[in-house]
Amino acid sequence: MKRRHLSIPLIIFVLHSIVFAQDVASFEKRTTVKKLANGLTVIVCERPEAPVFSFYTFVNAGSVQDPYAKTGLAHMFEHMAFKGTDTIGTTDYSAEKVALAKVETAYTAYLAERDKMVGQDSQKLAQLEKSWKDAIADADKFVKPNEFGKIVEQEGGEGMNASTYADKTVYFYSFPSNRLELWAYLEATRFQQPVMREFYKERNVVIEERRMRVDSNPIGRLVEQFVTAAFSAHQYHRPGIGWMSDLNSFSATDALSFYDRYYVPSNMVLAVVGDVKADTTMSVIEKYFGPLPTKPDPDERTTIEPPQNSERRVVLKDRAQPLYIEGYHRPGYLDKDDAVYDAIADLMSNGRTSRLYRTLVRDKKIAADSAGFSGMPGVKYPHLFAFYAFPLPGHSPQEMSDAIHVEIERLKTSDISDEELQMIKTRAKANLIRGLGSNEGLASQLATYQAMYGDWRELFKSVDRIDKVTKADIRRVAGETFITANRTVGIIETATPPKPASPAQGGAQ
Amino acid sequence: MKRFLFALSALITLTLSLPALAQYKEWGQIPIPPLPAFKPQQPKRIVLPNGMVIFLQEDHELPLIDGVARIRGGSTSEPAAKSGLVDLYGEVWRTGGTKSQTGDQLDDYLEIRAAKVETSGGADSTTAGWSCLKADFDDVFKVFVELLRSPEFRTEKLELAQASAFDGISRRNDDMGAISAREALKLAYGANNPYARVPEYTTIGAVTRQDLLDWHKKYVQPNNIILGISGDFDSAAMEAKLRQALGSWAKGPTTPKPVIEYKSAKPGYYVIPKDDVNQSAIRMVDLGTMRNSPDYYAIEVFNEAFGGGFSSRLFLDIRTKRGLAYSVGGGIGTNFDRPGITRLVMGTKSQSTIEAIQALYDDIDSLQKTPIDDAEIKKAKDSILNSFIFNFDTPDKVLREKMAYEFYGYPLDFLEQYRSGVEKVTKADVARVASKYLHRDKLAVLVVGNTKEFDKPMSSLGSVSEIDISIPPPPAEKAAGAAAPNN
Repeated sequence: MKRRHLSIPLIIFVLHSIVFAQDVASFEKRTTVKKLANGLTVIVCERPEAPVFSFYTFVNAGSVQDPYAKTGLAHMFEHMAFKGTDTIGTTDYSAEKVALAKVETAYTAYLAERDKMVGQDSQKLAQLEKSWKDAIADADKFVKPNEFGKIVEQEGGEGMNASTYADKTVYFYSFPSNRLELWAYLEATRFQQPVMREFYKERNVVIEERRMRVDSNPIGRLVEQFVTAAFSAHQYHRPGIGWMSDLNSFSATDALSFYDRYYVPSNMVLAVVGDVKADTTMSVIEKYFGPLPTKPDPDERTTIEPPQNSERRVVLKDRAQPLYIEGYHRPGYLDKDDAVYDAIADLMSNGRTSRLYRTLVRDKKIAADSAGFSGMPGVKYPHLFAFYAFPLPGHSPQEMSDAIHVEIERLKTSDISDEELQMIKTRAKANLIRGLGSNEGLASQLATYQAMYGDWRELFKSVDRIDKVTKADIRRVAGETFITANRTVGIIETATPPKPASPAQGGAQ
Repeated sequence: MKRFLFALSALITLTLSLPALAQYKEWGQIPIPPLPAFKPQQPKRIVLPNGMVIFLQEDHELPLIDGVARIRGGSTSEPAAKSGLVDLYGEVWRTGGTKSQTGDQLDDYLEIRAAKVETSGGADSTTAGWSCLKADFDDVFKVFVELLRSPEFRTEKLELAQASAFDGISRRNDDMGAISAREALKLAYGANNPYARVPEYTTIGAVTRQDLLDWHKKYVQPNNIILGISGDFDSAAMEAKLRQALGSWAKGPTTPKPVIEYKSAKPGYYVIPKDDVNQSAIRMVDLGTMRNSPDYYAIEVFNEAFGGGFSSRLFLDIRTKRGLAYSVGGGIGTNFDRPGITRLVMGTKSQSTIEAIQALYDDIDSLQKTPIDDAEIKKAKDSILNSFIFNFDTPDKVLREKMAYEFYGYPLDFLEQYRSGVEKVTKADVARVASKYLHRDKLAVLVVGNTKEFDKPMSSLGSVSEIDISIPPPPAEKAAGAAAPNN
């Protein structure tokens, strides 16, 4: 015990000197930020370890921005951003453009008939569906399938992908450093002239993604119901993957208007990290991204979730084994207490010294795993701090709930120990350092912090904020947040499968 | 001074951008300068007199030191009646603590330093490793060595690990993707193959603390260990430390490699009905080959063209053209020291299950009718060769490559051989491996899905065997006659 106390100040000192002297200074020297005339923010960080670079395009729009009755649209556009441009993926763009316009006209007519509540003419509907599909077949004649992805792969691209979150959409891959200009061309034209070719087939791909992630997965099924129940007013109550009926209704025209509204240079941040020179890279980026037209900033205001004044419960009778989750509304990430929530999540969940592991898993032996975390389903707006536990066989979700509540009460009523507080702070610093060692990781962190806080240096300052968290803060925030009326509970209760009526299977059930 | 530098850099920028002011209209016009020569730093290889092989890879970018020891022998060597032993061993090795400190004490000791020491069990090896700040290296390395030399495997932690394993068994039929992967592995390698078999309540329950101690004594011998360290250290000083800490450890007996039989299931159709899903998980599997086969490079090119990426045949046809799947892929399987598994994998809505199987068959058949052509081969080779740098763009990747080659007895320059091997692949090579390794009538086709909603019954394809995945209940429950198995 004594030795541990002795070693703490030393560690803190070492970390402080590392993080704040060496790293910030080194990053200041190697990192250049520029806002282009059209509003696009660009970060270039020189890291000449090997002749490669990574980039990260952060678009400050996600599924929260999905229009009414068009859930899943932000994610759908993300898929379409791999379909090419007016110069990539087409054999004859001017003819293809005309053909794609006909697809939209035909689809609009088909939808109008399909969605008629009264007086739908099934013969007419079949005819309109056929015209729409014929128009698609016509447009498909001009497609060079997946040419965009093919170029990236053939030129040595690594880890090409994209993700849509509630608050943001991100695109990334890595290239050998001699492909910098090619990359700039590909990434800029993708967001300058995206073409919605093969939209309705890709929509089917996205529907399969929904089936895989949500419909056919018990945890997916529970989480969708749980989040939907927790938010009554804010857009967070809608699933990012989209409801099935919306997925079967939105159009390529819808995706393009989403793009027009949100893929605005001033709403995007681009980070490039690797074996690149800031000056030449900046001029290549200006050359290709400069022509992106300036557009008005999108309106980020949303309905504010009103205070929850009664507990909500979602109980899924499912074939799967039991699961318990509960969530409490907390403020968005810009709140002054954000770091306190981070500290609570770390204290409750991180590693074998965490409180939930020690009590539910190690001591009470009732759970296989348990943790608490923020960010459900996003962080920008007020969201959930959630706790979950997987009960061991023979233990019920109710026991999980009771045990988690004991731990929550402890947070509210007694101070955490000195060791615990130091662990949280030391870990935050070490985790920061561990995140600095790769081009991909750095590109994503620099772009994300720049976009979320307006300054990439916040990556380092976030550790300062954790450092300022006090024992009293933790008690206060726990007391304000983790209260019954502010809670939504989600449970999987195992339902036994219906037995086929077979006389061979005797015995009482 | 600063202003002068600024003016100078502005001048350079202007000069450099002048010739390129015109924006290229077509991607193909953009010049690609040669990639600068890059010689990745090689780790220093040391063999201790007791047979331990050590790789030291200096990397001074961040003040961290990470290491991992890979120890020969894994779950493929455990007795079938104790299936899961090595998983438990891998967990309890760390949580059970050392002679001087319990696992819980280690947790406190390490977490206050934001350090990790972790162990795990695998199929052909177990590992023990650490990650720490440079300043804490001595503190953390001491724990690592104690775990190697005197682990305690305390019973309470074995019981905890067993409870967790029981939980894993009880949940193993909840997710269709996991069911599909697990059962396809059994079809490809044989249900009793040690890579494919899964722990049961009885086999987990049969493992004792003595089993873990015996395992450790038998396998954790210096001559069985490859240790790799990367980070912010001086190799000479580190070598001296390692020689001091590990050099006196006496060599142990060599452990035999297990003799393993690979016996694929009969080709044909296998189904696992699951009525709470609206998508089918489809897997077609067969035995592949090894990476030291002369066919390996042609297989790599074939796989890239057939099922590898955005522009592979499977992705283009099944996902892009037909919109039948979100995830689809496949290829001829290879592995270092055992035959890999040739597989085609996709998920599709229940209502297009049979259509999707037919579509996969079409893509296999098309390999004969329209073999992978020159353009596809060029694309595949370009993809592999242009991205080749990403195999060794960090010191840590180089270290891990070398450790893998050392472990499997491959030449340490295998990566270089790979590059020239891929360069030499011809169209005829690709056609040859395709016809040698991929046959629709040799594949075992497994579907996990909601059979009532299929577009056609699976029997329309041929005779179908249903696989029973119900979980054998724990002995206690069996005796009581309760427990409805979950599926």
